[in-house]
Amino acid sequence: MDTTKLFWLPEKASTFASNIDWVWTLYFWISVAFFVIIIGAIVVFVFKYLRRRPEQLATAQITHNTVLETTWTAIPLVIVMALFVIGMKGYWNMRVAPSNAMVVDVTGRKWVWSFDYPDQGISNDTLVVPVHQPVRLLMTSMDVLHSFSIPAFRAKADVIPGRYNSLWFEATKTGVFQVFCTQYCGTRHSYMWTAVKVVDPDTFNAWVAVASDPSRGKTPAEFGAILYTKKGCIACHQVDGTAGIGPTWKGIWGTMVPLEGGRSVLVDSAYVRKSMLDPGADIVKGFQNVMPTFEGVLSDKEISALTAYIISLK
Amino acid sequence: MIAHVHDNNINYIKTKTGLLSWFVTKDHKRINMMFLISVLIFFITGGIYALLFRLELWTPGTHPLITPDTYNHYFTMHGVIMVFLVVVPGIPSALGNFVLPIQVGAKDLALPKINLTSLYLYWIGGILAIVSLIAGNADSGWTFYAPYSISKNPAVLWMLTAAFFLGFSSILTGLNFIVTVHKMRAPGMTWFRLPLFVWALYATAIMQIFATPVLAITLLLLLIENFFHIGIFDPAMGGDPVLMQHFFWFYSHPAVYIIVVPAFGITSEIIAAFSKKEIFGYKFVAFSSIGITLIGFLVWGHHMFVSGQSEVANTVFSFLTFFTAIPSAIKVFNWTATLYKGSISLQTPMLYGLQILFNFTIGGLTGIILSILSLDVHLHDTYFVVSHFHYVAFGTTIIAFIAGIHYWWPKMTGKMYNEVWGRIASVIVFFGFNITFFPQLIMGSQGSPRRYYHYLPQYQIYHQISTVGVVILALGLVIALVNLLISLRMGATAPQNPWGAHTLEWEAAESPPVLFNFKETPIVTHGPYAFATEKT
Repeated sequence: MDTTKLFWLPEKASTFASNIDWVWTLYFWISVAFFVIIIGAIVVFVFKYLRRRPEQLATAQITHNTVLETTWTAIPLVIVMALFVIGMKGYWNMRVAPSNAMVVDVTGRKWVWSFDYPDQGISNDTLVVPVHQPVRLLMTSMDVLHSFSIPAFRAKADVIPGRYNSLWFEATKTGVFQVFCTQYCGTRHSYMWTAVKVVDPDTFNAWVAVASDPSRGKTPAEFGAILYTKKGCIACHQVDGTAGIGPTWKGIWGTMVPLEGGRSVLVDSAYVRKSMLDPGADIVKGFQNVMPTFEGVLSDKEISALTAYIISLK
Repeated sequence: MIAHVHDNNINYIKTKTGLLSWFVTKDHKRINMMFLISVLIFFITGGIYALLFRLELWTPGTHPLITPDTYNHYFTMHGVIMVFLVVVPGIPSALGNFVLPIQVGAKDLALPKINLTSLYLYWIGGILAIVSLIAGNADSGWTFYAPYSISKNPAVLWMLTAAFFLGFSSILTGLNFIVTVHKMRAPGMTWFRLPLFVWALYATAIMQIFATPVLAITLLLLLIENFFHIGIFDPAMGGDPVLMQHFFWFYSHPAVYIIVVPAFGITSEIIAAFSKKEIFGYKFVAFSSIGITLIGFLVWGHHMFVSGQSEVANTVFSFLTFFTAIPSAIKVFNWTATLYKGSISLQTPMLYGLQILFNFTIGGLTGIILSILSLDVHLHDTYFVVSHFHYVAFGTTIIAFIAGIHYWWPKMTGKMYNEVWGRIASVIVFFGFNITFFPQLIMGSQGSPRRYYHYLPQYQIYHQISTVGVVILALGLVIALVNLLISLRMGATAPQNPWGAHTLEWEAAESPPVLFNFKETPIVTHGPYAFATEKT
């Protein structure tokens, strides 16, 4: 009986998932067997040998039985060694990506993910991949530890500042699959989600054509509005006038804003640009110095587009 | 030899009066009772934090009363308090301190002043920890992973300073136990006549002495990094955050066994006493404690299978980790076999003892699955791990702590608690605990990440069952506590040996014991579970 469909494990959508789920099912029934034997024996013994008279003694004193004890040392030993080998094989398979894998660079920062396709020249906030194509993620963090987890693929690896970590997968069906950050990273850790969109190869190629130039046919402000979501500004800056973790963008353009330390500054192109590239330099009063730099993340064209978007938010 | 002016005919509670006589006492029994009160206060505090964030988790999304930052602070407080101030010191300092010297037939621990010092270090560490965590609004989780923990506020430095004091408290208690077991055994108390609780505490003491100094080394490195700006853990200065995980787990993994091995000792005592049976395979059980101790030092890397640690290291750590399953399994099998042909009495301590077998079987089995490398990748940092950990730290250790408190309560206080209410509480605790944590295994296997303020709606049902469970659990614990407290005023006077056990604290010491435990040094002529000598 496959109980995994009822309670255990999420849907499976990668080549790993099948390789891992049978191990789960195997181990599940081994542990159920052990549990039933142990707890069953306890229940039987408790009822059978219950003290019914206060002065009742044990009916036998059995101090040890070497054969029995050796047996129940040996049996678990054999089982766990088998599990070790099975787990090791599956794990090495998960760590060694095939040479034809498509590479995507993944960057984690509080509290957004971004994906760069070096071969296609695309930068995006969701991971779009073709089905039945091995994909290798090369991941790093701009600030603290994160972890990139795709439950439907049974894939996970920590994303570490100052070094690269990788994982690979091959999706086996099209669809949209949840991505979590699973390494605790602060205030909005539990909102640091994105999705893997698995599409057929034709759709992927069409997407690449559009995504490689996202500004095509758009005004700078329209392009800026897209970047606002894609680059994760939305996580902290609202555009409806309410303060988030950072100040709202609505109506901020052209105003004098008070800064931490008592100075004020005019919100113009220079200040907006500086706030993206060196966010700690001038902190608006009442907010904390938590924004990571977008130096090297935003191009000049994108900074201009975001500026145009901020101007448009009257 | 200086003649003792104390009267060794009066019980230890009445020998001297006044609060000051407690604070300057060198009596291991009084020190134990002060530890017990302190640990219980911290336990209640940590429990309230858990109750608060479990209520938050009733629904996904934002909540007006508990913001994400508050939630993060709460689970950090819960973890730090429960690990460093409750489950690590709990059984050794707040039960073992009382029981171990009497079980070996000594009149006190070998180093009574060191014992008092260890209590004061615990208090200093405890206060420092709470104050720094609250003042610094610490939100890094109990694992303090860099660079998040060090990037934001200095609470982690203060917390490690607190852990440094708590660590020394732990080291000194361990040292005291080792010396006492080697040097203070009564005539006839051979090593294989030692109760299994003593063996368990002895194994724990070895870990306390060897693992805990790593905390101090970590603190030193953090201080060097902080004040001299030499990059050790902080990647902004060229340090390696994964190195900090190694240091953390090099202490904290043995700490898991510091947490659970004493619980095994209590379980052995209770299963034997309430089955009127010699523990099946005494030597296997005794040596399995030592075995867990040794293997426990070599498996810290299994917390880091997805951390970027090398594949080869992961494979080696996985291999070694499987060996911890063997001594654990031996214990469960031997306890079960002890019940066979026994005379089983389902009194309150035994009801908790049987719960330990149930919970630890689940805790152990869910631990083995986490050692399977390929599966751990999926389960790592999900609620599955949270649940596994609680099946061990609560389902085994805290339940054993409660079992031990009930078992030795007549000895410690001289009073009998109400047996009916004791049993009712233990049944409520059993259901409360399992309703809380079993659903977490299910949602963890489905991928639900831990330390999440907000979650996918599909996990809500499991969160809600879990929250209902925690309320039931709290109710059971409150009944147990009230029942014990009431007995102090209204309980019947405890006989010397209410359970009919054969260890020295029951056979040779009064309830409560006199100042030096025994009126005359006991001569030991039989093992700790000599039920074969009984005649009807």
